[in-house]
Amino acid sequence: MDRSDYDRIERRDRRSQRIRKTVTYTLLTVWAIMVLFPFYWMVLTSIKSYSSYNSEYVPKFIAEAPTIRNYIDAFTTVPLARYFTNTIIFTLITTALMLVVTVLAAFAFARLEFRGKNIVFTLFLALMMIPSELVIITNFQTITDLGMRNTFQGLILPSVTSVFYIYLLKENFEQIPDELYKAAKVDGTSDLKYLTKVMIPICRPTIITVVILKIIECWNSYVWPRLITDDQAYFLVSNGIQEIRENGFGRENIPAMMAAVVVISVPLIVLFLIFRRKIMEGVSRGGTKG
Amino acid sequence: MEVTLQNLTKIFPSRNRKSKESVTAVSDFSLTIPDGKLIGLLGPSGCGKSTLLNLISGLEKPTSGRIFFGGDDVTELPPEVRGVGLVFQNYALYPHLTVLQNILFPLENLKGDKKLTKQQMLEKANEAASLVQISEYLERKPSQLSGGQQQRVAIARALVKMPKILLLDEPLSNLDARLRLQTREELRRIQRETGITTIFVTHDQEEAMSISDMIVVMKEGVLNQIGRPQDVYDEPVNLFVAKFLGTPPINVFRGRVESERLMIGNESVLEVKGVSDREVWIGVRPEGFIPCENGTLTCAQTAIEVMGRDMTVVASHPDCENANIRAIISSEMKVCESAKEARFDLKPNKTFIFEAGSGERIACGPVPLA
Amino acid sequence: MKNDRKAWLYLLPAILFLGAFMVYPLVDVLVYSFEEGYNSASQTFMGVGGYNYSYVLHDPYFLQAVKNTFILVIITVPVSTGLALLISLGLNSIKKLKELYQTVYFLPYVTNTLAVGLVFMILFKKTAYTEGMVNMLINLFGGKSVDFIDGPYWAKMFVLCFYTVWIVLPFKILILTSALASVKQDYYNAAKVDGASKWRIFTRITLPMISPMIFYLVITGFIGAFKAYSDAVALFGTNLNAAKMNTIVGYVYDMLYGDSGGYPSYASAAALILFGIVFTITVINLMISKKQVQY
Repeated sequence: MDRSDYDRIERRDRRSQRIRKTVTYTLLTVWAIMVLFPFYWMVLTSIKSYSSYNSEYVPKFIAEAPTIRNYIDAFTTVPLARYFTNTIIFTLITTALMLVVTVLAAFAFARLEFRGKNIVFTLFLALMMIPSELVIITNFQTITDLGMRNTFQGLILPSVTSVFYIYLLKENFEQIPDELYKAAKVDGTSDLKYLTKVMIPICRPTIITVVILKIIECWNSYVWPRLITDDQAYFLVSNGIQEIRENGFGRENIPAMMAAVVVISVPLIVLFLIFRRKIMEGVSRGGTKG
Repeated sequence: MEVTLQNLTKIFPSRNRKSKESVTAVSDFSLTIPDGKLIGLLGPSGCGKSTLLNLISGLEKPTSGRIFFGGDDVTELPPEVRGVGLVFQNYALYPHLTVLQNILFPLENLKGDKKLTKQQMLEKANEAASLVQISEYLERKPSQLSGGQQQRVAIARALVKMPKILLLDEPLSNLDARLRLQTREELRRIQRETGITTIFVTHDQEEAMSISDMIVVMKEGVLNQIGRPQDVYDEPVNLFVAKFLGTPPINVFRGRVESERLMIGNESVLEVKGVSDREVWIGVRPEGFIPCENGTLTCAQTAIEVMGRDMTVVASHPDCENANIRAIISSEMKVCESAKEARFDLKPNKTFIFEAGSGERIACGPVPLA
Repeated sequence: MKNDRKAWLYLLPAILFLGAFMVYPLVDVLVYSFEEGYNSASQTFMGVGGYNYSYVLHDPYFLQAVKNTFILVIITVPVSTGLALLISLGLNSIKKLKELYQTVYFLPYVTNTLAVGLVFMILFKKTAYTEGMVNMLINLFGGKSVDFIDGPYWAKMFVLCFYTVWIVLPFKILILTSALASVKQDYYNAAKVDGASKWRIFTRITLPMISPMIFYLVITGFIGAFKAYSDAVALFGTNLNAAKMNTIVGYVYDMLYGDSGGYPSYASAAALILFGIVFTITVINLMISKKQVQY
């Protein structure tokens, strides 16, 4: 190879690198727009007035006369505030109960020795493979038979346990060295105190992850609330928005509907932006959607 | 293939957004490596030797300076057209491919008139495999091999395409002590047999000294000294090089020159003609001590370690930088084990004098006191 | 002994909840599926046998739901996995703005499927008042407007697939980006020095190294797509049978509750058929992946 060959290779290398970079960024930006566009559109639509929205045969990309009218409508003409409070109550209680139940179980599996531990744990793991669609039918019957339709108990009870979170916490608890437990025992600490004073603080990152994942799950749950409630007083945001879509606002008031959508979407997005790292890490550790 | 590095500099922008500091990994580095030699690139960890290797291989582009292979300027060339073989510290064998597939991998990449037939590839792969003596493991996966065997596969993979230059990044550091000794001789043999210019990076001075034709000592991205191992050992250019080479390490004393006499504490140990008065560092190789009843340097003796062939007098001195002075002397010498005091004369050719500030060697021929 | 009792005490809440809402229902759903002519109101049944299965398998709504679900699975699983791989490769090759892109791509994961589905509906919908955003784009490129929400079957299927991909992509991108990042740089450097082309590095090194994660995504992708439901509701409303857009899970719930509900036996049979399908496909997937993933 002589000088000119080298020059040619150099030039080709530099050019192909530039092209690759441009293509990559273009592609990534295109998908970013695809992701963001629906969010933009929902905010945009929510601040257009009903009449201006309906007069735009060809939709406009900006709102010429932005209004908060739709947000007021969303809270006054449909019980959006009710759905919202219900969801918060449901989410908080379910998450709290879930936390108590899973932490206790994970502690037993990770720290205590008892006969049949392995068998029980294997059975627990086997349950992870059961799709919720299978058990929901009977749960529907059970809750109906117990007369708990249209109650918070009915909404919450079947949503409490998650084998996956027990598994996740157990793995984390087991990483705490035995010596700490022995030291605590020597000092006369009870198991429960050891759990609350030592294990939980040490495993706080995982616990926070579990809590956030559960909150997301609760906030988005649709199937169960839809099955178990037909009284609007107990609707959550998911079936609430569906109700708004089908029977709300009288005429097809799309801007008002979008205002409701924005209100429902904001809490989780804010939560996500605050705990971005934790959420993404937690999800990649094994949480699938739904 | 002769390799020439000309004023090579590599500056990494800072990773941390908060600190604006950039890191200069290699600084104004010039060096010519003669054809067919085995070169040891030596320095403490973080001194930029791996970066230098990446610059030569083309994985990194220098910030400034040029690289020549033979007469060709390859500075801007991508790695694949440079014709270098590279062996990684952790071998980087593809875990999903067998040994044979790993070795064939570089050959399958050849394009155009260099393209080989399947038969030719197999021949070359077998040749490389037998050179590093792994022919019997060709069908295994890397995970089924020991560390030493993986190392050989990595070398075979680097050699199979007949590179102009072979680069090895800490090739022995993942092996246990016994294997390391064996493999380094193996490396020497393979290099001799192939005659490929080979540069290997290490932080282990013993490793570098034992097999290299030439060693290159660098510190903080700067070339300190280059030369045959013995030459560098015998004539270090500065305190850093003197301290870096040799086990046990050189003994360093604070001292000064007073009217052409070299002083440690109140004792004058050697005569240094033509050196003006100043503060200095005095480095004495362990083999540079001669026990002598009325020797010029008085130390407190702590222990005698007998090794058989020779022995070590362990001593201390208030002006010595090292916690312990180690003097290696022939076991035929008579020393008193229970003595509280040890007195030595210093061998002039094993004693080096450095500027107190810069650590640069002061060129002078010290002679014993008259 | 004492220890044993204490341990069970810690486990008790979990066992109670799981027993009542997972283990018992599991047995019960099997029983339901074989009880013929079960009446919700009186809780009586006429006989035991396979009639429920045969009814479900002959129900045109169910067959439509199976067809829809299979189309959805066959389209969205490969498309979303491929797209996620492409995007992750892009993400992994850049440094600037990487975190920003990652954050943006993850957003659909934290949104309420039902709520954002409404946005997709208005984007694609064509009404008397408005063409809709997407149709405007189609017109711009000289195409004819289509009503994607109440129009032809293929158009509705397209929106459903599009929305499903949009929803499932964040998870896949997340998993693949971290899988790609865990491939050691040394392998790429070694291949680069050996002169492997970009494409060869991708097929011979990157793909085999991340193949376990790809198979994991394909398997979970299949399972997830077979259970599709709420995305369809979000786009087409609760009366999916009328829209001819029902899914198997949707059929199960419709049998259970709502205007067409009150038939837990049929629902159970349909749910078990779904479980059978998912189980079979997962096993097949696992068998293939055993062959492919080699280390």
